Amino acid sequence: MIHSLFLINSSGDIFLEKHWKSVVSRSVCDYFFEAQERATEAENVPPVIPTPHHYLLSVYRHKIFFVAVIQTEVPPLFVIEFLHRVVDTFQDYFGYSNIVSGSTNVGDQLPTGQLSVVPWRRTGVKYTNNEAYFDVIEEIDAIIDKSGSTITAEIQGVIDACVKLTGMPDLTLSFMNPRLLDDVSFHPCVRFKRWESERILSFIPPDGNFRLLSYHVSAQNLVAIPVYVKHNISFRDSSSLGRFEITVGPKQTMGKTIEGVIVTSQMPKGVLNMSLTPSQGTHTFDPVTKMLSWDIGKINPQKLPSLKGTMSLQAGASKPDENPTINLQFKIQQLAISGLKVNRLDMYGEKYKPFKGIKYMTKAGKFQVRT
Amino acid sequence: MLESNKDSAKLDAMKRIVGMIAKGKNASELFPAVVKNVASKNIEIKKLVYVYLVRYAEEQQDLALLSISTFQRALKDPNQLIRASALRVLSSIRVPIIVPIMMLAIKEASADLSPYVRKNAAHAIQKLYSLDPEQKEMLIEVIEKLLKDKSTLVAGSVVMAFEEVCPDRIDLIHKNYRKLCNLLVDVEEWGQVVIIHMLTRYARTQFVSPWKEDDVLEDNEKNFYESDEEQKEKTDKRKKPYIMDPDHRLLIRNTKPLLQSRNAAVVMAVAQLYWHISPKSEAGIISKSLVRLLRSNREVQYIVLQNIATMSIQRKGMFEPYLKSFYVRSTDPTMIKTLKLEILTNLANEANISTLLREFQTYVKSQDKQFAAATIQTIGRCATNISEVTDTCLNGLVCLLSNRDEIVVAESVVVIKKLLQMQPAQHGEIIKHMAKLLDSITVPVARASILWLIGENCERVPKIAPDVLRKMAKSFTSEDDLVKLQILNLGAKLYLTNSKQTKLLTQYILNLGKYDQNYDIRDRTRFIRQLIVPNEKSGALSKYAKKIFLAQKPAPLLESPFKDRDNFQLGTLSHTLNTKATGYLELSNWPEVAPDPSVRNVEIIELAKEWTPVGKAKKENSAKKFYSESEEEEDSSNSSSDSESESRSESGEQGESGEEGDSSEDSSEDSSSEPESQSASESGAEDKRAAKRNSKTARKSDSEDEKENEKSKTADSSNAESSSIEESSSDSESESESNSESESRRVTKEKGKKTKQGRNALTNNVSLLDLDDFNSVSSPVVLPTPALPPSLIADLEGLNMSASSSVINVCTPVFVPMKIHVLLHRMSGKGLAAHYFFPRQPCIFGDKMVCVQITLNNTTDRKIENIHIGENRLPVGMQMHVFNPIDSLGPEGSITVSIGIDFCDSTQTASFQLCTKDDCFNVNIQPPVGELLLPVAMSEKDFKKEQGMLTGMNETSAVIIAAPQNFTPSVILQKVVNVANVGAVPSGQDNICRFAAKTVHSGSLLLVTVELKEGSTAQLIINTEKTVIGSVLLRELKPVLSQG
Repeated sequence: MIHSLFLINSSGDIFLEKHWKSVVSRSVCDYFFEAQERATEAENVPPVIPTPHHYLLSVYRHKIFFVAVIQTEVPPLFVIEFLHRVVDTFQDYFGYSNIVSGSTNVGDQLPTGQLSVVPWRRTGVKYTNNEAYFDVIEEIDAIIDKSGSTITAEIQGVIDACVKLTGMPDLTLSFMNPRLLDDVSFHPCVRFKRWESERILSFIPPDGNFRLLSYHVSAQNLVAIPVYVKHNISFRDSSSLGRFEITVGPKQTMGKTIEGVIVTSQMPKGVLNMSLTPSQGTHTFDPVTKMLSWDIGKINPQKLPSLKGTMSLQAGASKPDENPTINLQFKIQQLAISGLKVNRLDMYGEKYKPFKGIKYMTKAGKFQVRT
Repeated sequence: MLESNKDSAKLDAMKRIVGMIAKGKNASELFPAVVKNVASKNIEIKKLVYVYLVRYAEEQQDLALLSISTFQRALKDPNQLIRASALRVLSSIRVPIIVPIMMLAIKEASADLSPYVRKNAAHAIQKLYSLDPEQKEMLIEVIEKLLKDKSTLVAGSVVMAFEEVCPDRIDLIHKNYRKLCNLLVDVEEWGQVVIIHMLTRYARTQFVSPWKEDDVLEDNEKNFYESDEEQKEKTDKRKKPYIMDPDHRLLIRNTKPLLQSRNAAVVMAVAQLYWHISPKSEAGIISKSLVRLLRSNREVQYIVLQNIATMSIQRKGMFEPYLKSFYVRSTDPTMIKTLKLEILTNLANEANISTLLREFQTYVKSQDKQFAAATIQTIGRCATNISEVTDTCLNGLVCLLSNRDEIVVAESVVVIKKLLQMQPAQHGEIIKHMAKLLDSITVPVARASILWLIGENCERVPKIAPDVLRKMAKSFTSEDDLVKLQILNLGAKLYLTNSKQTKLLTQYILNLGKYDQNYDIRDRTRFIRQLIVPNEKSGALSKYAKKIFLAQKPAPLLESPFKDRDNFQLGTLSHTLNTKATGYLELSNWPEVAPDPSVRNVEIIELAKEWTPVGKAKKENSAKKFYSESEEEEDSSNSSSDSESESRSESGEQGESGEEGDSSEDSSEDSSSEPESQSASESGAEDKRAAKRNSKTARKSDSEDEKENEKSKTADSSNAESSSIEESSSDSESESESNSESESRRVTKEKGKKTKQGRNALTNNVSLLDLDDFNSVSSPVVLPTPALPPSLIADLEGLNMSASSSVINVCTPVFVPMKIHVLLHRMSGKGLAAHYFFPRQPCIFGDKMVCVQITLNNTTDRKIENIHIGENRLPVGMQMHVFNPIDSLGPEGSITVSIGIDFCDSTQTASFQLCTKDDCFNVNIQPPVGELLLPVAMSEKDFKKEQGMLTGMNETSAVIIAAPQNFTPSVILQKVVNVANVGAVPSGQDNICRFAAKTVHSGSLLLVTVELKEGSTAQLIINTEKTVIGSVLLRELKPVLSQG
């Protein structure tokens, strides 16, 4: 199992260490630094690095490497999953900003050990306002090809809950159309058999925020693609100027507005700079990373947002092989694109009447348009 | 501050100290001051002191001993939390002197009333063992005791201890096996992982293999569940049936729900358990869950993809339905990209290769050059694995030779070299083209590859080879070592075959080599000189020099780098690293004969009742029991009403499974056990039923396994065919003029070619090698291979970076659910059932053919042999590419084959005979008109232009009336695409939807326009030269669009 843990920040300092068995010297991290150098980019560092006496398993989150030192055979996912949970816990405990800046050395509160019959819920929870909120969030993963047809598209969804209820409530949540859910994974609190037999989520919730369920919508259903991108990106062999023009518009939105639209694109290395004018929103181009980002905001169907202009290319260099891929982010409030609907939420085991709320949202997951 | 009287000050001080430790600063000099506080009443301070002690006790053993008595007192504390943490710290202090104290504490704690303390005792076992392995025997006793513990809290930890201390004492598990299986779902996640891994190993030592003969297995499983039918069992006895141990089944069944875990490690653990111990037909269910994990973090993806890569080599069918989940995104890190590519390659078969090649074409252009290079290797591997596309791939790779990026070119050269080595002889042109590349390419590996190729084929390119040698001799000194060695080889080979022209050159090169700085090259030079240059001392060897140098060399095998990883248990560190990690426990092979199963019996003798006491006890227990048995029963009684589709298909399959009596008996058994299952105690019946359900889903997935067989068979046979194509193509090569004329239909190609010819003409002038050899090489880039579908060629033409604008461009079809038609009903086919559907893929057998996939099912209980297509009675002009005869199809077996039919753009029925060894059945395929089309991508402008040319006679139209909600573009798209294989044309107007397609046989355009009018009407217009198709399609579309 995990022998030691090192936290390494983006500048390569080991700023935290913890040893469970005997103390392993920091110098073991040198192997890690070596691999990091070879990988050039942080996300290309292999998650498993063998060294003469140890194995280094790492995860990379919030620009921090969490490096676990292992001595013997262990399922690697065991360690990786555990490290991710550690990060989640840190995030809960310190808050996101503190992890990144590392400003607080010591937390204000010490964690209390908890023991209860239901391992995920502490006993004696009390609230004056009893409330249970559920967010159904769906993400569309898609690859759209040059001509606008869909190569792959699938919907992944989660139900995140914020439950603040007194005592030991026992909740059931049912769907209007549970058949949509093709593949599901549950928080351990969900009773699996009940789901198998009745397609009802029955659970004693943990206290506070948690992810109740994540699901995949069956591939048989045609995925509605809510946006389209019209693009005209061309490099010419002769001149050092290229043309760049993209327009984003709504497609199948079920009458809802598309918000928070952000277009990002990694331009080829040969692009020196871009002079663009957006019809709406703001755009930035980083000449070092060649990352173009255009924050559009809401899409007004009457006046489609567009970004036009020219790219200046490196003189003398040949034109790039490939047009850049466009990545899209967007949000649609009050819509679960798969059509999933919660039917009802009931509470047993406690007498009071809780306040219940359900919200739907659709987001772009890994949404790529090839050009 | 530690000396302060106030707790708050002490607490603050301790926080700072712990902070220092975490940062790696040395805080050891504070030891005495800190240890004093170990007896503090304040719990918070105590905890922090514990943290400190654990870190420094090993360094300051004497001082640490001072605190021991405090822990001993704490071990008796009424608060279980304090007892547990005292034990934790005590066992974490690595001071050898206190080993006896620890041992005592662990023993006491293992009998503690609180399961939490017992859990900590299990943790302490591992720590003590790592401090002092001498204690092993004593610790095993404690483990044995704790293994008997019924608490879910303890189970995971004690199994962990077991794995660390005594993984070989499998005998300790026997008695607890069933309990562990039953508790598994309620154990915490981390414990689940450990237990599942342990039970996998256990199962491999205790049960016989369920894999022996998979088809026989199907039979026997059925027997197992119908064991009340004693007679039947007896008849099967002579076959020595494999009967799965009920305990084996228990494990497989109880781990299944865990595939739904949110914890990736648990899912992976279950997946490897299914992979290693379940019958092969049941392992299919893990693929969906594994594919789900790909949504997770990059590190998780990395490990999961590696495991899938290994699995996909052995059992392709498992992941084939998820092909698209492995498509690469430009934002993936490189290591993920290459792994996905690896899996795509493993999954490639003749049915999906055209889609895949189109996908690869995008990857080759990637900005990530390392990935582009990997893609090229992939194309090479596909080319060798699937002989139909070998030539297409080769041509595509040759196109890449004119890429601007050197890495891409170099990689292409290397791969082409390997491909040519596999089928030499016909590729003189390509070799000549590559010889020219020597002028421009600088990557050593590529240069070396080209030289080797020329040397190997020097007799086929007699004019170029010496010239290449001449140029290489000139640049010899400045070449890379790798290239130098190949120059020497080339020289030697030429010297032997063409000594008149090259004698001097070779000797010159040998002289250069003699004084090279690299000893390898000097060695080689000396060796070659002795061997080939005749002198008085030369021995017998030189006579055979030619044989030595120009021997037939075996072609390299392009294999997956994941080939040998299956030695390791999936999901382990060793598998990830592909080397044996310390402490890796080998997964043993299945035993020939199962060890005595009765060792697992727990006191009570009767098998069926064994599981119930545990279940019962827990039900009474409290609300804590979540996955209790009673719910399981609810499940089985409800399943019939709930999952209708499932049960329907089940009963269908039962009906098909041979005897008609079966299904009725089954259902009666079902209904009879209904009341039983309400009462919680009769778990025997329920058990059987659950297992039955499993086996049924298993049968379904079985068909996928067989697909592999089919693939390899067809690949074999088409080998011969493709080589003949090869010849004809190289013949016609020299007259490229006439060639291009014949292909003038494809406007794009023409254009591309012309520019290439122009370019070639230019390079011809510049080239140093202006020898006769090159005159004929007008366009080495596009080898016209008429028998290959143009769509495939177009796929790979895309590899060439020259942008070509085209009017007709086949695009990917919009995905719609497949409509499956019956070809042969099992009743009329004497148990052989056949279904067909149109996969809407370009047909690989011919560009004028429509691809049809036929699924054959054997519903009898014996083998059906020699399934093939007999004589066909096709209308004039129609052609058919049949599938290769299937030698035999086992009972319950299913296989999918693809055929190609050229329907000549008519909806005439294709009638042919489907034959088995004994019978022939007449079957018909009548294509829906919509399947005679291929979608086309075009711009709105082109669409209007084409439409303008197809008016009058060529236009048919109709008015449709329907509710307005049916007239949204998305609904129309869905409906139209369901009927016909057309491509959507981007439209600027909201009220007009346009679709374009071309007919498969003649390539005539077919344009569909749906224009929405006022008041819920719409105008449907179809423009096409093929008026018959147009009007039939109109007739079919009209009702579809107007219905709600």
